[in-house]
Amino acid sequence: MSTQNGSTQQNGRSTPILRVRNLYKSFGGLMAVNGVTFQVQPGIITGLIGPNGAGKTTTFNLISGFYRPDRGEIFFKGEDIAGLPPHAIFHRGLTRTFQVARELKLMTVLENLMLVPSGQRGENLFYTWLRPDMVRAQEREIREKALAVLDFVGLSRLQNEYAANLSGGQKKLLELARTMMADPDLILLDEPGAGVNPTLMKQLVGYIRRLVEERGVTIFLIEHDMDLIMSVCERVIVMSSGALLAEGTPEEIRRNPDVLEAYLGGQYR
Amino acid sequence: MTGILTFTAGFLAMAGIFAIMSLALNVHWGYTGLFNIGIAGFFAVGAYTSALVTSPMPAGVQAQYVEQAFGLDQPFLVGVLAAGIVSGLVAWIIGFPTLRLREDYLAIATIGISETIRLIFNNARWLANGPQGLVGIKQPLREWLIERGMPPNFYNFFYLVIVILLMVLIYLALERGIRSPWGRVLRAIREDEVVPETVGKDVFRFKMQSLVLGAVIMGIGGALYAHFARAIQPSVFTPLFGTFVVWVMLILGGSGNNKGAILGAFIVWAIWSGSAYLIRQVVPVEFSAQAPYIRLLLIGLLLLFILLTRPQGLLGEEKEVSRLT
Repeated sequence: MSTQNGSTQQNGRSTPILRVRNLYKSFGGLMAVNGVTFQVQPGIITGLIGPNGAGKTTTFNLISGFYRPDRGEIFFKGEDIAGLPPHAIFHRGLTRTFQVARELKLMTVLENLMLVPSGQRGENLFYTWLRPDMVRAQEREIREKALAVLDFVGLSRLQNEYAANLSGGQKKLLELARTMMADPDLILLDEPGAGVNPTLMKQLVGYIRRLVEERGVTIFLIEHDMDLIMSVCERVIVMSSGALLAEGTPEEIRRNPDVLEAYLGGQYR
Repeated sequence: MTGILTFTAGFLAMAGIFAIMSLALNVHWGYTGLFNIGIAGFFAVGAYTSALVTSPMPAGVQAQYVEQAFGLDQPFLVGVLAAGIVSGLVAWIIGFPTLRLREDYLAIATIGISETIRLIFNNARWLANGPQGLVGIKQPLREWLIERGMPPNFYNFFYLVIVILLMVLIYLALERGIRSPWGRVLRAIREDEVVPETVGKDVFRFKMQSLVLGAVIMGIGGALYAHFARAIQPSVFTPLFGTFVVWVMLILGGSGNNKGAILGAFIVWAIWSGSAYLIRQVVPVEFSAQAPYIRLLLIGLLLLFILLTRPQGLLGEEKEVSRLT
């Protein structure tokens, strides 16, 4: 469990946990990410906003290793991770969720979570054959942890249900729960609120806040819901047409004329 | 009476061999979602490997009729082991270019390579005697038992015991693996391989393990077939007999359930061999050349019927699989 304390929260100039410099990615003729540079500070919630097609999800895919950048640097905890495969990046302490929840449909909610922890001896076939006692003991620990996480997000009741049978909002919670099984340092949340009803949304915001406050996790999230962004984020990064448009506190972003022009469209003027 | 008994033993031994193939396919398809439609290739590699490893190099008059690349005259178990290893190696080679791609590429590669393997055995006479194939493949302890007074037609019972022992052993090993975290990763890959990759599993490595393990078991199944039939020809390892029948067995019994894989094999093999007998009774002699295709039609209809009425098979996948007992 990460025990980073909250002191970094006040200090905006601490070493950034994530540093992205001159990142480029194109698909054919389309420049999806066009020379983006930004930093994410540890221990806080940073928002990434921008109109559709701004390159937000592409940026997430580049950071988490699903796409290989054409050019540019991605430093996570001081180490260059650009171009590493997703599973390698995960082991460095970075995990993510998806815009459309990806649940393992024909596996139970509990199994969805028990998949996650690293260092499972039972993932080696020979251990399962020759040392089942050891694997079994570890399975008990993993199960207990999964139950605790399910309790945290309020899905305990559904532990033995197929993930396919969850509602859209519950699937979003399951995604969040999955990241918690990993004890990561940085979580990338791709539209955690998409398709979630207002009640569940409040709950979700609560969980995200608790993750940061109680566990010292850093959150970097994409969201279209401006109320959510303005209420939870300490810093906001704005992208437009693949480039960085602005960076600042929610208040600064709200008053930034470029952002209003490109994105908010006068709604918040 | 003994005729019926030895027939039954032979029938059960063949069903057991197919159950092993079906268990292997369950590793690929049932648990990992690897679309292998080239089972016949691993089947053939296993059968030929074990035949060549266990038979002596033809000598004397026989050498004029039988050509084979080598004959190592090794015991049965060495042959079975070699069959598994060579078949696994073939899978490993196929896996490298295909497992990183979309699943359909594996399907195309496996069916293409299985046909290529069959055609190589058919055309390269120097390798394993071409279309005539190999005959007189040795059976474990056969001479030893007969010398000690066992009637030759009782041998099937002994062979049945070997097949069932191996089948049970493979079943237990697979169950242990599948109910462990290893199996959980495979099933996650089947459901959506992006998820295990996101949570730090090296998806390619696990897919490769699944492909190779399944192929090793298929190779063992092939070896057991060769020593049971005592004669193998390339024409045995066609997509119909070598691949399609196994698929029907797994789908009928229940993909994602090892008990289902075994059950399906015994049921489909009963239908397959029973229908051959029935068709011979019903179809006039002048159509006897066409008669085998009626079986194909029947099996195809059976497959359609299962998919429409009970797509999960007789025994579907259990709800909570990863529970080590």
